[in-house]
Parts: sequence; C-alpha cells; structure tokens
Amino acid sequence: MPHPLIRKALFCLAVLLCAPFLAASASAERIFVSNEKDNTITVLDAQSLKVVATVPVGARPRGILLSKDGKSLYICTSDADHIEVLDLATLTVTRTLPSGPDPETFALSPDGKTLYVANENDNMVSVLDIPEGRVTTEIPTGIEPEGMAVSPDGKTIVNTSETTSMAHFIDAKTHQVVANVLVGSRPRFAVFNADGSRVWVSSEVGGSVAVIDAATHKVLHTIHFAIPGVPTEAIQAVGITLSKDGKLAFVALGPANRVAVIDTQTFEVKKYLLVGQRVWHMDLSPDGKILYTANGVSNDMSVIDVPDLKVVKSVPVGQLPWGVVVGP
Amino acid sequence: MRFGILLGAMLLLGLGADVRAETSSLVDIVYLGLADTHTYPASMLDAPPRDQGVQGARLGVADDATTGRFTHQSYRLQEVLEANEASILPAFQRAAAAGARLFVTDLPAPLLLKVADLSEAKDSLIIDAADQDDSLRAADCRANVLHVLPSRSMLADALMQYLVVKNWRRVMLVVGRGPADQLYADAVRRSARKFQIRITTDRPWTFNPAAQQADTGHFEINTEVAKLTQGTSYDVLVVADEAGAFGDDLSYRTTDPRPVAGTQGLVPSAWARPFDEYGATQLQARFLRLAHRWMTDRDYGAWLATRAIGEAATRAASTDPKAIAAYMRSKEFELAGFKGAPMSFRPWDGQLRQPVLLADARSLVSISPQPGFLHQFNQLDTLGIDQPETQCHIH
Repeated sequence: MPHPLIRKALFCLAVLLCAPFLAASASAERIFVSNEKDNTITVLDAQSLKVVATVPVGARPRGILLSKDGKSLYICTSDADHIEVLDLATLTVTRTLPSGPDPETFALSPDGKTLYVANENDNMVSVLDIPEGRVTTEIPTGIEPEGMAVSPDGKTIVNTSETTSMAHFIDAKTHQVVANVLVGSRPRFAVFNADGSRVWVSSEVGGSVAVIDAATHKVLHTIHFAIPGVPTEAIQAVGITLSKDGKLAFVALGPANRVAVIDTQTFEVKKYLLVGQRVWHMDLSPDGKILYTANGVSNDMSVIDVPDLKVVKSVPVGQLPWGVVVGP
Repeated sequence: MRFGILLGAMLLLGLGADVRAETSSLVDIVYLGLADTHTYPASMLDAPPRDQGVQGARLGVADDATTGRFTHQSYRLQEVLEANEASILPAFQRAAAAGARLFVTDLPAPLLLKVADLSEAKDSLIIDAADQDDSLRAADCRANVLHVLPSRSMLADALMQYLVVKNWRRVMLVVGRGPADQLYADAVRRSARKFQIRITTDRPWTFNPAAQQADTGHFEINTEVAKLTQGTSYDVLVVADEAGAFGDDLSYRTTDPRPVAGTQGLVPSAWARPFDEYGATQLQARFLRLAHRWMTDRDYGAWLATRAIGEAATRAASTDPKAIAAYMRSKEFELAGFKGAPMSFRPWDGQLRQPVLLADARSLVSISPQPGFLHQFNQLDTLGIDQPETQCHIH
C-alpha cells in the first residue's frame, strides 16, 4: 500500500486524466435539480459541475421532466397546485399549466403532448393537454397517487397509489383502469423498460422493487435489499433509473443513503453505492455514462461513474433536493 | 340498550350494488365505544373533541373501501357508541349474534377484558384502538385481542432513549394523583432503570389544581412549582399527568431552568399534530378534510385498526374474518402507518410495533427508536416489552 498522501496524489492525477473524458461525454449539457424546500431549481453545468443559476419557481417543486423538444422543463410545483414550464433558453417560467391539486409526479406521452399527473391529495390522475393548457380528464385511482409512467408506445399509463399499494394499469385511449397489481407497501415510482415489456415499481415502506410483466400484469420478481449495518427499516426504495443499455437498474434507497445496482436479467443486486443522505430520484447523462442523484437530507447531488460503478463526486445544491434531470 | 345511542349508521362504503350482488366480498367492521360525555378540560384551550376515535375509523374504512374498489371487496363500518358501560356487553353480543367478527374498540381496560372474555367473543378479533395499559399486554393479555396504540412502556422507552442521546441522565419525576398517572410513572421508572437514567427526585403533585381558574391563581402555582422543584439536582423534569390537570403549569416555573417532558412538554406519542414527515402530510390533510379538526392519538389508533383489517383483507385476498385475522398475525403482514418503518404485530403480546413520535405542541422534536439502539431482530422492539421479558403467555 502506498503512503496515504501518495495515494491521494495518484487519485488527483486520475481525476485530472479522467476529467477530459467525463467532459467529452458531458459536452454542453446542464443538470436541473428541483429543491422542495427553498422553491428553486438549481442549474448546473454538467462539464464543470458548477452551479450556473438558481431559478426561483412556485411552491414546493418536486417532479421535473424535460419536454420532448428539449426546450422546456416541466415542474410539479405541488403547493402551488399547478405545473410550471421553465424555458431553458432564458431560464424563466414562461407558462403555468393546470394540474389538479397537489401534483407530485407526472409522465409525458411519447408525442410530448400529454402530461399524466398524479394528484397526491385527490385520488386522481389528471390528463393534461399541453398545447391546449387544460385538464381534459381525471381518472380515479387508489389513495395517494404517486408514481407515473407511460409505455414507450404511449398506449398504457401506469400509476402507483401509496396507501392502496397498487400499480394501476390504465388504457391511455379510454382512460379505463385495466388492471390493478398489488405490490409492496407505499409504491412510489414506476418506470417501463425500453421495449415496454416490463414495469419496475418501487415500494418505500415495503423496501422492495416489483418487476411486473406489462402484458400479463403479473409480478415476475420482487427484489429485496439487505445492507450490512443498515437497519431494514431504513431501506426505502424510491427512484428507479434503468441504464441506457437496459442491463442495469439503479434503485435509490432513501434513508439507507445508497443506490442499489441491479442486474436486470438475474435481478441480483450487484452493488450498493454510498451516496448522500435520503437519496430520492436520479437521471443519466445522454450517453448513459454518468448517473446523478438528488439527496434530500444532505442537500447535495452525487455523481456516479456508471462504467466503473463508483461515486466520484458530490455537489451542493438547494434545500431538500427531490428530482434531477439532465438536459441541453 | 335503554340509554344506548346506537348510531346504527350503517355506513355503506364502496359500491352498494356490488355488495348485494356478492355478499361474500363484504368486510364488516364494528366500532364499539363509549359515547364521550362532556368533560371540563383543565384548560379552556383545545377542549377534547367528542368524536375522537370514531372519526379515525371512518377515515380508515374509507381508505379500505378505495382500495376495495380494485379488489372487489366492500367495507362496512357499523358505529356502536353506548352511553354507559353496562350497555357495552349486550351491544357486543347483539353484533356478534348478527354475524360480526371484526371489532375495533375504544373502551377502558377493565371493560375491554369483560368483552374479550365473553363466550361470543371467542372466534372474534378485537382490535383495541385506545388503551395504553401494559397489563393488557402482560398478565391480562387475551388471545383474541390486538393493540395498536403504543403501551406506556413504549412511550416511556421512546422518551428515555432520547434523554440518553441528549445525555440528560438525571430526571426529576412529578406524579399526579390519578391511577393512570401512577401507571405512567411506573413505566417511566422501569424505563429509566433499563436505559440507566437516574431518577434523582420522585415527588407526588398534591397541590389543588383549582387555583388555575382563580384570579391571581398563577401566583400560587408559581410558588408551588418553585417550592416543589427546590433542593434537588436534575436535567429534565418528567411529569406523569394523563388527565392534563397540572402538567402544563410546570414549564417556566421551576426553580432551576429545566425542560419538561412526559405527558406534557416534550410528549412521546403515537401521533402528533406537527408531524409531517413520511407522507404524514397526506394523512393529516385527509383527516382534516373529513373531521374538520386535527387527528388525535385515539383517531390514529382507530385509523390503524381499520387499516390493519383492510391491509390484511387485501393481501390475503379474502374477506373471511378468520383469514384476515390469520394474515394480520403472520410474518408477512406489514402496515404503512406514515411513520416510516413498516408496522407489524408482536407475536408475543399482540402489540403493534411502531416508531414513537416525540413532539411538543408546535414542533416534532424526534422519532424513537433513536439511532444506535440496536436490536437483534427489529429495531422497533427496543421500545416496550420484548419477547424474553414478556408476561403474556397466550399468543
């Protein structure tokens, strides 16, 4: 083992050498983080990881999404009871969309024209026509709707309801609930895999992830987590991000302060990555090589090298960071 | 039931037509309690609401029914509120004769035992949603009874763990005259021994509380508290006053400046008004909308009890009371009670294991178990009576 100082020097050298590669992959991207408590969006330059702007938005910004044309960021400002549209060229809120009360998360249709919004206080999913700027339908679901996902073909919507502990499969055309799949307690998040054959659903209190067959609506596998030295109660599965090649799933484990890395074929947990406190949601760089996580309690963002599966950096952002999105 | 107010409001939730079509998919829950008689509170602030408990049950059953829409299970809450204790046993017998097997009760401990010991209660499940008595979880435990609110031991342990973390290891204990105050104080003394907290002074409160209402009464109380807290050395004053007769009159009047905790001041409790973590905002908001007031511990207890039934019915995919009760007691059962960790029933005494909040009137201070208090199986079992020390040998 070399002397600690030498090791430190070697590490610095490695970072310096690696920096250009990280930079090359990150080009001119920016990272957007929603800060639930100080009502701002932190904008970071992906190359330098420096904060370039802090944009004030409506009360309690949580779920954030990039528009399909990459020109705007949709923000669920929960306590303002609407959705704000942040213009990414000027970094100003240019438009407000109705959403029903207490919007927490949402999902965008593949054509970019419809937002499906989970109204946590209302047992409803609101269907929002973006060009028209109005809610066209409300779909009743379970108690405390939370996770939202749309299948890649746009035909199926999935909503999870926290107190009902179900993933509701909804026909996007008829807005009818076609199936209800019971999962672990307090399901928080849902995401389709790239070909739309499977839906991954995380359960916060259950501390598990259910992988559901999108055609048969059966739970194929339930993934549990165990981390030495961390009480099982602290393991609360929240955000899920699938790697670009579809081989890995990253699951944010909340107060366990770790991101679990899962092999999507075997459902084995390959690794637990130690990140900031109460890790909530994540996003990948466009080339899939870097994963960013929003850490609610430590008020920072962790940067994970995906090929190496190593946490390389943490960057302070706003108060109670909730979501993170990589955009142009 | 001469004086019985049978609020036979057969609250039919879910889809009415469905219920008649397939009666087997109906979960019948009977809420059995004593109608609150009006009591004069010690303070004119926050008069205790008269519909405590039953409002929690209404919300819990409404939550169950929403989930039931998707599982084709309907839920019916029958509210039986009797004006006097003598009517409770006949009311239970009538409900059992009519086929009810799932009961949520808000009854004093001796009456709960009488109900549980009825021959009609043998194959029923009774969820006690109100009592904190340790005896009900020990020598007086019953095989057909589960408890959802934390016992006094759990409350005391939650507080003592926090005192250890703060390194406030010397306690002055002030105990009221009521029998419940004695039980609370006993729990504090046991817990202090367990967590190596020293009770440096243990004094009864003997002052006549009527002085509060008199003009200039505050002078007398000030003098009394100053006298009571003289000549002793302690870090924190722990008060046992479950009725709220004097506990609020201790803060700022002690001889040495010391914080107050226990039944007043920093209070360990199942639920608290300032609590908004782990999605609790949603439950608080739903309850406010329904009851037009804040949720109390007893409301939370009744909500937990009715939700436990709903959760077990959903997971067991059955509306059969036997299957529901069996699932509720199984290892697989877990209830999301908006306090983070999943809750489940301890097999040794039927107690719902759960985190305990530490809060004052305006802010959440902490949640126990405190980090660092470890347990071989479940950290929540660092609160209250653990399996090796249980005196309940029925479950």
